[in-house]
Amino acid sequence: MRRFFILLSREISSAFHQPLAYVVLFFFLIVTGFNFQAGVTLLNTGPGTVTMVQAFFNTVYFWFPFVLVFPLITMRVFAEEAKMGTIETLMTAPVRDTQVVFAKYGGCLFFYIILWAPSLLYFVAFQKITGVNAAGAVGSYTGAYAMLLLMGLLFTAIGCLASALTDNQIVAAIISFAAILGFFFLGLLSFLLPSTGTFLRELTYYFSPVEHMVDFSQGLFDTRPIVFYVSSTLLVLFATFHIFQYRRWKS
Amino acid sequence: MIKVEKLTKRFGGFTAVNGIDFEVNKGEIVGFLGPNGAGKSTTMRMLSGFLPPTSGRAQVANFDVFKDSLRAREHIGYMPENVPLYTDMRVNEFLRYRAALKGVPSRRLKERVGDVLELCALKDVEKKLIGQLSKGYRQRVGLADAMSHEPDLLILDEPTIGLDPNQIRLVRELIRNLRRHHTILLSTHILPEVEMLCSRVIIINRGRIEALDTPQNLRAHLGQLGHILFDAIVPDARIAASDLRLLESVQSVSHRADGEWTIFTIQAAPDHDPRESLYRHAVENKWRVREISRPPVSLEQVFAQVTSGEEA
Repeated sequence: MRRFFILLSREISSAFHQPLAYVVLFFFLIVTGFNFQAGVTLLNTGPGTVTMVQAFFNTVYFWFPFVLVFPLITMRVFAEEAKMGTIETLMTAPVRDTQVVFAKYGGCLFFYIILWAPSLLYFVAFQKITGVNAAGAVGSYTGAYAMLLLMGLLFTAIGCLASALTDNQIVAAIISFAAILGFFFLGLLSFLLPSTGTFLRELTYYFSPVEHMVDFSQGLFDTRPIVFYVSSTLLVLFATFHIFQYRRWKS
Repeated sequence: MIKVEKLTKRFGGFTAVNGIDFEVNKGEIVGFLGPNGAGKSTTMRMLSGFLPPTSGRAQVANFDVFKDSLRAREHIGYMPENVPLYTDMRVNEFLRYRAALKGVPSRRLKERVGDVLELCALKDVEKKLIGQLSKGYRQRVGLADAMSHEPDLLILDEPTIGLDPNQIRLVRELIRNLRRHHTILLSTHILPEVEMLCSRVIIINRGRIEALDTPQNLRAHLGQLGHILFDAIVPDARIAASDLRLLESVQSVSHRADGEWTIFTIQAAPDHDPRESLYRHAVENKWRVREISRPPVSLEQVFAQVTSGEEA
């Protein structure tokens, strides 16, 4: 376990050692700030049924940076070590392959959480200044942030898988971007289909991040998406582990 | 310390290492010699636990490097070719991380890192980013990393490649000082290096071990390659040469002129040294002699002969 934490802390610090991290953090803050401002404007148009939390987590301005950020966080993790050859010194230290994969995944996830942490301040500020409750109930916060984490689990894992596939960071970024975007648009299908209980409509609900977010940001906890995200994350990590091992053994 | 049995590695249809066997004892420095693509790096990668072999087995410190990989790796310090390092870390930070990762307990980290910094003469750059260091320094950081957890065995893949002569001397000096505490397996192209450092040499070519012996024995084994130079002023070179051929244990004589001097190149029978009879012959004939010598066979000649099958 000690080795895992040594690896993890190395991953976290290396994530913050590169200039790209600060560029990402900076632009992410700008876009989410703009998203927040758009939400406030929406609420200002008159009485409505949405809360601030719902307005924040269900706009294009939310989804756009959300989908874009994963390739940037994860493209480096495996590809860079493979390219620089440091994978050789890393894997000849007495560490298990699983420890390395989980440490790298954990490092990316940590960065993702740091990325979203400032958004909590928006709601605190909103409540302080307007006196209006930003969410209908506490469950709305928990729901929205739980969904944020769940989606983060899966998409970070997809990014890690893409990075393990290649030595080239750009290629890794393109693969994970395509995969995540494809998955996201597949989830939008449910909005195009007739809304009354057809089979396809039911099916697409299972993997529609947009629909999940609509529910969860209202504080509606559904176990189906939770199981879906956790199990598919494990599946993708399993694949990552095997690809990582396979590519090393063949080198 | 190392025990290798029938170790084989194939990449697709290409056999990089073909059933090699060898042993390295504690305290030895063994040189791994061979042309590019002979299988040196592949063998070292397998020994360090990075690559699994296609067949055969290898043990380090009595642990199988594949079945008991983690424990074997604890006894190995490996420095890959070209010394890959994390360029975004500072030297002391990197060594601390590596030592901790390889199991040095927290309370000893500071002392260990201080020791290897000292040993590899890195004290003056310990706060610098590795990315800003010159090649020579990086090489020493790699070496410091390899020995940071006090391994019994050091595996160094071309530790002096790409360095200038002064840096090569420094690294060599360092390796020589390490022999007291570590068993060392190193690969190199530089033959004098092997002669200077190693107690034994493994010559590998096309995935097979061609020779395995001490540098001295290898040279002695190919002793018949050795010829004798005899440099004298003689009345008639051709007659003198045929006279010399009659001497005991002389097999062949060739000669060429160098001004008024004639240089004879004499091939002696194996395990014979006709220099004394040459001298006596010269005295009898009142020849003026400038040189009678037997140039040593270099490991270079041995290497060339073993790896190409033709005489040097």
